[in-house]
Amino acid sequence: MTIYLPIAEIPVAIFTIFAMGLAVGFISGMFGVGGGFLMTPLLIFTGVPAAVAVASVSAHMAASSFSGALSYLRKGLIDLPLSGFLLAGGLTGTAAGVGAFALLRLWGQVDLVIGVAYVVLLTGVGGLMLVESLRFILRAWGGKKTSVRRPGTHGWFLRLPLKVRFRRSRIYVSVIPILAIGLGIGFLGALLGIGGGFLLVPALIYLLRVPTQMSVGTSLVMTLVTMTAATILHAAFNGTVDAVLALILMLGGTVGAQFGARAGQRLKAEYLRLLLALLVLAVGLRVGYDLARPPADPFAITQRGA
Amino acid sequence: MGRFLAPALLAGALCVAGAARAETLVLSVSQPQVLITSNFTGADLVLFGVVEDRPPGEHRYDFAVTVRGPQETFVTWRKSRVFGLYVNTDSRTFVDSPAVLAVATNRPAGEIADAAVLRREQIGLSRNIFLQRVGSDFADVVADDPFRLAFLRIKTADGLYVEEPNGVSLLAPSVFRTSFHLPASAPVGTYEVTVKLFEDGQMRAEASTVVTVRKDGYGQQLATFSEEHGWLYGLAVAFGALAVGFCANMLLRRD
Repeated sequence: MTIYLPIAEIPVAIFTIFAMGLAVGFISGMFGVGGGFLMTPLLIFTGVPAAVAVASVSAHMAASSFSGALSYLRKGLIDLPLSGFLLAGGLTGTAAGVGAFALLRLWGQVDLVIGVAYVVLLTGVGGLMLVESLRFILRAWGGKKTSVRRPGTHGWFLRLPLKVRFRRSRIYVSVIPILAIGLGIGFLGALLGIGGGFLLVPALIYLLRVPTQMSVGTSLVMTLVTMTAATILHAAFNGTVDAVLALILMLGGTVGAQFGARAGQRLKAEYLRLLLALLVLAVGLRVGYDLARPPADPFAITQRGA
Repeated sequence: MGRFLAPALLAGALCVAGAARAETLVLSVSQPQVLITSNFTGADLVLFGVVEDRPPGEHRYDFAVTVRGPQETFVTWRKSRVFGLYVNTDSRTFVDSPAVLAVATNRPAGEIADAAVLRREQIGLSRNIFLQRVGSDFADVVADDPFRLAFLRIKTADGLYVEEPNGVSLLAPSVFRTSFHLPASAPVGTYEVTVKLFEDGQMRAEASTVVTVRKDGYGQQLATFSEEHGWLYGLAVAFGALAVGFCANMLLRRD
């Protein structure tokens, strides 16, 4: 069964899109990642114009992260003051990222920069997480009593001035690194068209030593606010939000996210980290493979102004 | 008015051939307006045409039907290897090119007229003029330019450009019928249908009609609303998104 998308101006198979929303929603709920880094390429692959895909996915991510965030909120697994500081940096970073995107488009190399940035970020972050979680799991299997010590470094940046106590996360750190992380995620998110959850969750775990479950919940709040803002801005300035496409994605995504969130809470934290590491690494390698492999057709057509 | 003036001015030249050339084409398209609704999967249009005002005698007419969709600007990119990665290194901008281009003739164009006439009348995909932006200038390039060939090849693979050398059927020597498929991914706008009548390798008459493709139903209302009230539309979608998230959470909570 196909349905015609009024803004994208193409017909799509409704159940394919729904299934994609379901699968990505599951992953998003499980790991607290927005899933944009999976959903957007999938949609483009089915023929949706890139600009419409990015904009409509942000609406889908707003719905899916709201549904996930409510579950975490009920369990007390969201650190609201922490997400407030992250958002202060994040929204500033988003504005800077939108500006950088416009500059790159002027130079005509936006695709390359996005591709390389994806590869570097995803393989880098994924590789680090993989090594860390494997070491942790192997140590546990070895019978050695692992301490309750949280993973990550006790960085000098946590001892900068302006220290604040975040009760929920049981950390007492300077707000400067928090604002910087928010700024960085917001910048990359706007530039790469992603929510940034897959970067924020590890950043919270490894840099700020926030407990895994709390990082997931807190990052959902960040995704929720930035993606809601992105939906409104895309609709107002680019006219690329397809409400019908977004609705199909949402219906699949929110249902998937519910089951994902439940599965995530049942899994042991170290296995959750291992799975996320493998997923992030796989997407990074896939993007890298596409960049390095000789293309099937060296030519491609894009439409100006779309 | 040109229709009346031109024969008068050319009268002297035409006398040599010994026939008054006053054929006119009357066209009828099955669906002058195509409405895109939510279950739109493409449309098949049928075009009929009759040659009127035929000079007496036997005629062997040829028909070339060209459908040109709304004009858009396209960029054709070429990737090449740079430091082990395939990146867009070169591009050509095709200005105001039809988003849809369908050409049908009753026999292969090469048999209808010679190359110079076909090129002048733009009969066939490869003879259609595609303006490229060259620096600050605009020009069409040679037909075997790799960017031009790639542009035609990709458009044809997408089903947006079609050429049918035997797509026009003659019901009688002066009556023809042809059909063309409007793909579901065709953009909205005005489609110009041009029919050129040939005899003995020369163009005798030309006529055109238009087909309007537009969205209808809730899709059309949605698209119009999003264009005219971007902020409101964005707010509505965002609010709707949050509502869906909230409902899903409430419906599916198990604790």
